[in-house]
Amino acid sequence: MGKIDIEIGAIAAIWVRNWLLFKRYWKPTSFSAITEPTVFLLALGLGLGAFITPLDGISYVQFVGTGSVASAALFASVFPGMFNTFVARVFQHSYEGILATPISVREVVVGEATWIGFKAGIYACAPIVITVIFFGLAVNPAMLIIPLVALITGLGFAFFGIWISGVVRNIESFQYVTSALVTPLFLVSGTFFPLNNLPTWALTIAQINPLYHCVQLVRDASFTGLDWADLGHAAFLVGFAVVMAAVAIPRMRSRLIE
Amino acid sequence: MTPPAVQLTDVVKAFGDLVAVDHLNLTVSPGTCLGLLGPNGAGKSTTMRLLTAQAIADSGSITVLGWSVPKESKQARARMGVVPQRDNLDEQLTCAANLLAYAALYRIPRSDRPAAVQRSLVTAGLESRANTTVEKLSGGMRRRLLIARGLIHNPDLVLLDEPTVGLDPQVRAELWSVVDQLRNSGVTIVMSTHYIEEAELLSDDVAIMSHGRVIAQGPPHELLALHAGNQAAEYYGPPDRLNDIERRAHEHGLITRRSGPCVSVLRSEAAPSDVLTALGDPAFRPATLEDVFVLLTGEVLD
Repeated sequence: MGKIDIEIGAIAAIWVRNWLLFKRYWKPTSFSAITEPTVFLLALGLGLGAFITPLDGISYVQFVGTGSVASAALFASVFPGMFNTFVARVFQHSYEGILATPISVREVVVGEATWIGFKAGIYACAPIVITVIFFGLAVNPAMLIIPLVALITGLGFAFFGIWISGVVRNIESFQYVTSALVTPLFLVSGTFFPLNNLPTWALTIAQINPLYHCVQLVRDASFTGLDWADLGHAAFLVGFAVVMAAVAIPRMRSRLIE
Repeated sequence: MTPPAVQLTDVVKAFGDLVAVDHLNLTVSPGTCLGLLGPNGAGKSTTMRLLTAQAIADSGSITVLGWSVPKESKQARARMGVVPQRDNLDEQLTCAANLLAYAALYRIPRSDRPAAVQRSLVTAGLESRANTTVEKLSGGMRRRLLIARGLIHNPDLVLLDEPTVGLDPQVRAELWSVVDQLRNSGVTIVMSTHYIEEAELLSDDVAIMSHGRVIAQGPPHELLALHAGNQAAEYYGPPDRLNDIERRAHEHGLITRRSGPCVSVLRSEAAPSDVLTALGDPAFRPATLEDVFVLLTGEVLD
């Protein structure tokens, strides 16, 4: 990867710009981030949950409520990573302006991804908060790591989205990524059903799904407490973010620097 | 001797088979305004992008404000303001918020940012629009805001890439006064343009670009004196008559320039008056940079 040359001041400057933009649209974004899991979990809790017996002693709505942290982190990061970055680069030419200031491509990518990851870390807590408030999930100190887990998950998927935005030729191509990759990741993450009963090959594939590791960490923090295995889950998420950063930065450099 | 603010030495930049910048040599003295004059595709915008390291030269060397580019481009960009040809303002933000974002990007200390924003709004004449979102601004206001954004950190060098392209004449004149103020403040300016009048009015030095090269550089009056003289004699008429005038002028060793329904005999002040009247009934006009440009490049600007 070469020398890691990133100035904190540059990242902070990217965040200032994003904060100014966020202040313009935080209401609809936040409304959507909170309302969707609320409605979703209410529907599951009051509807489907009534027909499903507890899984490992956990009510179905609590099972889904904790698992939904991963999908919320995914959606709050991968789509901004793909769409916002593509629009800023191709249609608004925002990065041309930013790169005329003392900011490097690496700082732009890291600044954007950390901002998206930070927001994902906050928004992804909505399902947990709702499950605690409406569905009796007991609060315990280990749950304090959930925002951090969601942030790291979101960071990895933000880098992934930024990388994809540098790969595709047009905005319509995101549909391939959404259908072929994002949706399967979301469904085979252990959010809606335990993965134990899957065939071995499917279980193996699931274990390279970052969302699976996010779900495991959140469930362990919420129900059983953290153990050494969770270090492995955390390491996987950190590794995913690092690998995605390592591919996203050069890809964006090739798009932004002639 | 003061080192140049900008120096490009034998710079080449190609995009596939297209050589956009071809062994370019260019020097800009501190505190002067250099007009890069040339038609679309002459390599002006690529040259601008090379200076900000948004394009990387295939060969040659570039120094900006004493920093080697691209290696030390961040340091150079910290002291450089860029006004892009393409409007890339954040439309959802207000004028003040756009400036505030760039104050941060240029690392102006947080406590100094409000004053910097205010000063830039005044420079652009947009104080009353501080809280207006960009999407509600006219084209001229947006362009002024782009200039203000590039000046927010009091740069030593400003790159203006086609600053008035696509604007109506009145707005263009307004922007010229903004650029002129900037020029008088002692900032070094590199301005690309394909408007002759703009280059002539605002530049201390004009570099005429064609096919990626600078083919002439100097103060406008020197370029005129060297290449086009003081005045031109214009002859109007149908194409056959113009062809005849051109042929006869060339027989007398005179330099001509054809534009539409007119043939201009350049350096007419040095031509014998009986020859000029023998060609027809001339109308005299001062020589222009356009004459120089057409003579040197054989191309016509918009």
